[in-house]
Amino acid sequence: MISVTVKLFAQFRNDRFKIEQRDYVEPATTRQILEELKISADELGVLMINNRHAELDQRLTEGDSVGIFPLVGGG
Amino acid sequence: MDKIFRVNMTNLTTTTEEVPAEWVGLGGRALTSTIVASEVIPTCHALGPNNKLVFAPGLLSGTAAAQSGRMSCGAKSPLTGGIKESNSGGTTAQQFARMEIKALIIEGLPKEDKFYSLHVTKDGVTIAEESELIGKGNFAVIEDQMAKKGDKIGVMTIGIAGELKMAAANISVKDPDGKIRSHGRGGMGAVMGSKKIKFITVDAEGCGPLQLADPDKFKKASRVFAKSMLDHPVSGKAMGTYGTNVLVNILNEAGGLPTHNFRYGQFDDHDKISGETMHDTIIERGGKVKHGCHKGCIIQCSQVYNDKDGNYVTSGFEYETIWGMGANCCISDLDAIAEADSLMDDIGIDSIETVVMFGVAMEAGIIEFGDAQGILRLLREDIGKGTPLGRILGSGTGIVGKVYGVTRVPVVKNQGIPAYDPRSVKGIGITYATSTMGADHTAGYTIATNLLGVGEFVDPLSKVGQVELSRNLQIASAAIDSTGMCIFIAFPALDIPECLPALIDMINARFGCELSGDDVTALGKSVLKLERQFNLDAGLSSKEDRLPEFFKSDPVSPHNAVWDFSDAEIDEFWNF
Repeated sequence: MISVTVKLFAQFRNDRFKIEQRDYVEPATTRQILEELKISADELGVLMINNRHAELDQRLTEGDSVGIFPLVGGG
Repeated sequence: MDKIFRVNMTNLTTTTEEVPAEWVGLGGRALTSTIVASEVIPTCHALGPNNKLVFAPGLLSGTAAAQSGRMSCGAKSPLTGGIKESNSGGTTAQQFARMEIKALIIEGLPKEDKFYSLHVTKDGVTIAEESELIGKGNFAVIEDQMAKKGDKIGVMTIGIAGELKMAAANISVKDPDGKIRSHGRGGMGAVMGSKKIKFITVDAEGCGPLQLADPDKFKKASRVFAKSMLDHPVSGKAMGTYGTNVLVNILNEAGGLPTHNFRYGQFDDHDKISGETMHDTIIERGGKVKHGCHKGCIIQCSQVYNDKDGNYVTSGFEYETIWGMGANCCISDLDAIAEADSLMDDIGIDSIETVVMFGVAMEAGIIEFGDAQGILRLLREDIGKGTPLGRILGSGTGIVGKVYGVTRVPVVKNQGIPAYDPRSVKGIGITYATSTMGADHTAGYTIATNLLGVGEFVDPLSKVGQVELSRNLQIASAAIDSTGMCIFIAFPALDIPECLPALIDMINARFGCELSGDDVTALGKSVLKLERQFNLDAGLSSKEDRLPEFFKSDPVSPHNAVWDFSDAEIDEFWNF
């Protein structure tokens, strides 16, 4: 088992959470997290693992911090 | 028939001129920059008789095109010493276009120490002496003029900061609800103050709709264009829900949220000042999450932010202002930031320059980091009253750094660096360094591609591709700024293939011309080059296309990133 910090932003927080510590059986990826949270990959705007942009299928490791954003913008 | 209105403040005369052939195809930034470059002596004093203040609506302003209500304002900047174009929403771009005013050029300085107002109608400009509203804030000016001239009157006004010619003074523009939008950056309010003009009112009553060369083609293209705005998740949904302030959390997560005067890339209290928190607070207090800065805006990124008792505090409450007084000054009280936003509107001072300046003022020890009440006091009692300290603070980030001997001063060409750390989002660093405007995120908004997943991803922490990215976006932005379009049309334009062709079709249908995409790119390039030439002639060489030294020497957490572009790599930008 690995423990991962999952952070959700913008409308992904609605009826879910802002931040949670969650446990996963290895090998785990963000794709699994999205499935579990019923967020479709199409809705995903930006994914960051440990403050860096990452791909959905990047293997997660113990203590990773995962930031999940819909497509948002400003300026 | 389009015309140019020219106002000479030296002898208090006004004239109406034909549009010279070489200006006919220009609008917005292309036109204001062309006029400034051809009529203003680059080495002149920005507050002296040889500077000119120019207003021009965009090519599509006044039409039914969504997002087309931006007015361009240009002059030599008293802040940067270079050319300046600052565009704003409000009602005046559409009013000017409907009155067939291609540009308003204000030149000279009055001989007597008196203030004046201008009144613009389709028949010309009248000049009147003004005394009653001198010393008054922008909200009072707008309220007074609406009471005297009706709710539909357009107003462009300066507050105390502009009257006192502070280099961070802006020009406030009445929005459709009688609130304020701004020609914010670069001290355009000080130029208007130097010409002793307190306010300009604009009355377009009696003007019919614009005549279009091909109304059917225009209608078709404008539908496609509007659909692309609404179909894109950023312009169609996110911006109208969370406003631009949704960026706090994403910049924090990426380690690019400048904190404690650019010491760190993340702010512990980021969530308290975030777009998500702001959204919930607005709903809770009966405000509005959606609001447009001009008629015809369908993105609606503005909002109405109320206090705890449900009373109006501010609108147009933007990420850069919230970041600057928030993370960069270590303040987590969104209500205090909203109050400051409203005060800055009323005083008429750029809310980006001013909050970046406060970070340096805290570094200087004028007040402590985290002191929200201190900022409100300095705004009210010093800047707002024009005390000696207030006039120093109102001169912007660079001057405050100099006066207090601070070395950590985030400016390029003396203009404060906004909201995105150039060490950890490197594309925007190239934009800050090379923009003809001084540090300006809107000049080439690489954040879209570096961070937001719009367009093709360019890794924010790598140097690869950033110069080209910034160049392409600066060219595109210069063109967009000339159409009168809001810069946020760039989000769908980067992702939806129908968007830009529809924009060009609208221009062609409006004027009966046959522009191609290449022509529009060529326009963007020529605007940048003429602005650059003005700056070179004004004494701003490529040596000014640099970020402050501390970005090279001080790594920023969490990535421990430094600014690592060589001078030669930056100068490659101008190779086009």
